[in-house]
Amino acid sequence: MRAFSYSRAESVADALKGVVGHGETKVVAGGTNLLDLMKADVMRPTRLVDITRLPLNRIEETAEGGLRLGALVTNADTAHDERVRSRYPMLSRAILAGASAQLRNMATNGGNLLQRTRCYYFYDTGTPCNKREPGSGCGAIGGVNRIHAILGASEHCIATHPSDMCVALAALAAEIRVTGPRGERTIPFEAFHRLPGDAPQIDTNLAPDEIVTAIDLPARGFAAHSTYLKVRDRQSYAFALVSVAAALEIEDGKVTAARLALGGVAHKPWRDQAAEEALVGRPADAGSFAVAAEAVLRDARGFGHNDFKIDLARRAILRALQDAAASETP
Amino acid sequence: MIAKPAIPDVLREPGPGIGKPLSRVDGPLKVTGQARYAAEFNVPGLVHGYIVSSTITKGRITRIDTAAALRRPGVLHVFTHENRPHVAWFDRKWKDEDAPSGSPFRPLYDDRIVHAMQPVALVVAETFEAAREGARLVQVEYEAEPHETDLAARRHEAFTPGKEKGGFEPPPKPRGDPDRALAEAAVKVDVEYVQPTEHHNPMEMHGSTVVYNDDGTLTVHDKTQGAPNSHSWVCSVFGLSKSAVRVISPFVGGAFGSGLRPQHQLFMAVMAALQLKRSVRVELSRPQMFTFGHRPPTIQRVALGAAPDGTLQAMIHEAVQESSQFENYVEIVVNWSGQQYRCDNVRLDYKLARLDVFTPLDMRAPGAATGVPAIEMAMDELAHALRMDPVELRLRNYTDRDPNQDKPFSSKELRACFAQGAERFGWSRRNPQPRSMREGRQLIGWGVASGVWDAMQGQADARATLGIDGHLVVASATADIGTGTYTVMSQIAAGTLGLPIGNVTFKLGDSALPMAPIEGGSWTVSSVGSAVLAACERVRGRLYKLAAKMEGAPLGKAKPADMVLTDGHVALAADPARRVPIAEVMRSGGVLAIEEEARSVPYYVKRAQHTLATHSAVFAEVRVDEDLGTVQVSRIVSAVAAGRIINPKTAGSQVMGGVVMGIGMALEEETFMDHGLGRYMNHDLAEYHVPVNADIGSIDVIFVDEHDEVVNPLGAKGVGEIGIVGVPAAIANAVFHATGVRVRELPITLDKVLAGLSRRSAA
Ligand SMILES: Cc1cc2nc3c(=O)[nH]c(=O)nc-3n(C[C@H](O)[C@H](O)[C@H](O)COP(=O)(O)OP(=O)(O)OC[C@H]3O[C@@H](n4cnc5c(N)ncnc54)[C@H](O)[C@@H]3O)c2cc1C
Ligand code: SF4
Repeated sequence: MRAFSYSRAESVADALKGVVGHGETKVVAGGTNLLDLMKADVMRPTRLVDITRLPLNRIEETAEGGLRLGALVTNADTAHDERVRSRYPMLSRAILAGASAQLRNMATNGGNLLQRTRCYYFYDTGTPCNKREPGSGCGAIGGVNRIHAILGASEHCIATHPSDMCVALAALAAEIRVTGPRGERTIPFEAFHRLPGDAPQIDTNLAPDEIVTAIDLPARGFAAHSTYLKVRDRQSYAFALVSVAAALEIEDGKVTAARLALGGVAHKPWRDQAAEEALVGRPADAGSFAVAAEAVLRDARGFGHNDFKIDLARRAILRALQDAAASETP
Repeated sequence: MIAKPAIPDVLREPGPGIGKPLSRVDGPLKVTGQARYAAEFNVPGLVHGYIVSSTITKGRITRIDTAAALRRPGVLHVFTHENRPHVAWFDRKWKDEDAPSGSPFRPLYDDRIVHAMQPVALVVAETFEAAREGARLVQVEYEAEPHETDLAARRHEAFTPGKEKGGFEPPPKPRGDPDRALAEAAVKVDVEYVQPTEHHNPMEMHGSTVVYNDDGTLTVHDKTQGAPNSHSWVCSVFGLSKSAVRVISPFVGGAFGSGLRPQHQLFMAVMAALQLKRSVRVELSRPQMFTFGHRPPTIQRVALGAAPDGTLQAMIHEAVQESSQFENYVEIVVNWSGQQYRCDNVRLDYKLARLDVFTPLDMRAPGAATGVPAIEMAMDELAHALRMDPVELRLRNYTDRDPNQDKPFSSKELRACFAQGAERFGWSRRNPQPRSMREGRQLIGWGVASGVWDAMQGQADARATLGIDGHLVVASATADIGTGTYTVMSQIAAGTLGLPIGNVTFKLGDSALPMAPIEGGSWTVSSVGSAVLAACERVRGRLYKLAAKMEGAPLGKAKPADMVLTDGHVALAADPARRVPIAEVMRSGGVLAIEEEARSVPYYVKRAQHTLATHSAVFAEVRVDEDLGTVQVSRIVSAVAAGRIINPKTAGSQVMGGVVMGIGMALEEETFMDHGLGRYMNHDLAEYHVPVNADIGSIDVIFVDEHDEVVNPLGAKGVGEIGIVGVPAAIANAVFHATGVRVRELPITLDKVLAGLSRRSAA
């Protein structure tokens, strides 16, 4: 950790002023990810702007019939919110599958979106890592890569995005509301996180001078038939090896709408719309689900230790879709 | 009617406390935050050190530039191999109580790098934050050399070590003709098991706070499993007189063996304090907790041959284990196999491979937790091949003599462990067929394994001081690493002197107290407990003498042999209603306090004629998700024979903790090495997985009655380690029973289960 200055923003405008033009400034919310990374000397901001006093801590109805989750609402309050639980049970489940109760009490929705990879090399400054130190190489390729990506990776980086919450948000087609010196804008969830390409140091399409203000959930919550399945190395308090957010609408045994997103497999929550479309009109059964799984994993590729994830992901997709089809309420 | 016992009467007539499930006497201090740990002692003017770790694994430092670090406000000094103060030269000066043969590692000694993340500098600053930032600013240039960290790559260059380390004997000579017997056996298994590197990862990271006293002496608060060990090592390495240093360690936040040897932080903090003449604290970071010793990875071949009735005819157990380039760490691994089963044709073989890692370090049940799972998994494979119940197979080859040494066991109630454990578990309802139990998508399996650990004892001293107010203070330099030492020693003392437990204070963790060995090997109750017993018996003897001489002869003509101590009184054994308060006895004798010190010395002769061991039978139920390969341990029954149990509650907690660690060993724990970098990569608690609450189902601990007059006067063997030994194999065997899949490489992670399930369905 390096010396840094600290200030507390009292308004969004105040926060933006703090961020604008200061290359090494970071906003801090729950601090559960940023402070860890600073202690590990991975992130080295010279200024921290504390945004926890900003009025972004409410969950509100939207005009479209959805919910607006303030960026500073904690993960715990979001997961336990009655509206979220009844209308977006998959999201509630996903959040509760992550971290620990203590962490969820601190962690915010905005921070969760922007949490960084858990790649071992990223965390260890004694090793090469393109994400931490562009151009230094990727330690995980040819190294220890049990937890790494099987989809959308590049020769520069095979890291995964570690969030659970984001997988459900991807499946729900949420929108991210951001604000910055150029005004407010809305980013579709799929366009928020990036694939590593040749710039793995950049995780998202949020500009450095913008902040997240809220996450908008559309009206459609797939409450009747949805689930979040997290497969990991222990029963709790571990990141997903593979996770699946699966949501269906079913009429007369046929799928009328489907959502399918995976966590732990790529640099971003991995939603596959082609696979979703392939399910529509088919019977809600194992045969259809297997086809969807094959479609998602068509281009999957392992890097040695993580080869097993391809088969695991296939199994997890099948299981999650079956559970979703069977579930009435979570 | 009152027998004059050959063994102490506390064994026959438990006094208040002994054998009772007393809660920890130090519990309130711990849960209210009053127990202070090594890095929590604050003194005025304390400065902080932070260690810089090397980025290469092997080679040398070509340049080390501390200028930027020294410019950082608050940084006081940067120690490197170039400017460190003088330290001892001879290897023997660097040896500690737990050192194996070889040349112990010396921090900041020279420019050589011999393992990843080796300490290369210490930055000392006014604040912890300044020290840590300063550490980032130290620039080190290296000349790297090729390294090898992969055991598989070196297994064929392994060598046979000799007697390198206390407590570990080389394997016995082969018996009979095992290769031929194996070839001729009707039923056989011949398989290889692989176990990974594990790290201790106690909750509390290693820290030392060295207080520089006005007179130049040092008071060292160290995280250690032996204050005397740290004390003598510091004196020896820095050439200090014994009286110039005192090491204190009243509370230890877990260790599992990590505190058996003095660690880097101790050297660094003492060095800095001596040089700067200031009080210094150094604490390791969590990644640095992976830099000083670990359970070594091991490759084992186990070959068993049996007659159709299950009689073992051949046993070959060969192990190759990792050691460093500079010390011969051994844990032999294979000997328990030959000790546990009767077999005429046996070869036990143990080799070491040198790799560019730090020297491994004893971790809970070192050797047994590695070797016993291998033989116990192989026995399960054999039982399956024989179509025989795995408990029955073990009983068929049961032995009441140790075949390795051809000696009787001092006691061995393993049969009772199997019987009582099986009964509690419901083993008789087991369908031997793998995959015969399921609930929805969960396959359920039942497995069994036995465990064994040595019942060791060392010499130890204790001092007991009984005041006329009836308060007893007992002291010994031993440690309590969370095991319950404070509690059981208080119980032994209270029991011996017939005092309420509240009248007893036990002091430990201080090198100024009577000598005790490092707390490890499950020998503390045996070693220190026997010393406490002996010291208290001396106090008791003096009380009896005073009572016999009392004016007015309230106990008549009673001789010491006719007396007992109960409830704070000296009483007649034959008529306990006739009694006098201890305070009156002391007053009439004109003494305000009775102080006695005693040394416990093992029964060397009797011990040499026997093999001494604790045993267990462990039964496990697992649930395996057939789709996803995840394994959950829903039930464990562990039946343990460990002699006399001083406190079933703390002992039960020890075994339970061992079971939890065994679940970790079976399913989760593994330190990943990047062999290209020669560096451990998952060096934090997010990615090095130990079990969490959600991983733990029901754990049922049974202590089987076992009477032992050889082990020590208490008849107690110690339970710190036996709890883990049988668990990994019981779980692995249950996984096979659930799925039909043998995973021979620990931990049994879901990818290995899935691979097995896929192979199965392909076949
Ligand atoms: C031990 C451990 C285990 C965990 N396990 C899991 C798990 O299993 N699953 C899971 O999903 N997560 C897990 N997490 C991660 C946890 O969910 C995140 O750390 C948390 O969500 C981050 O939120 P925060 O508010 O603390 O973010 P901070 O640490 O405050 O910030 C994180 C990043 O987001 C930026 N940021 C924060 N808010 C905003 C905003 N409004 N606008 C712009 N930028 C912003 C910060 O600048 C920083 O770069 C775990 C964390 C830990 C420490
Ligand atoms: S996978 Fe990405 S984060 Fe990990 S070492 Fe490679 S570049 Fe760094």
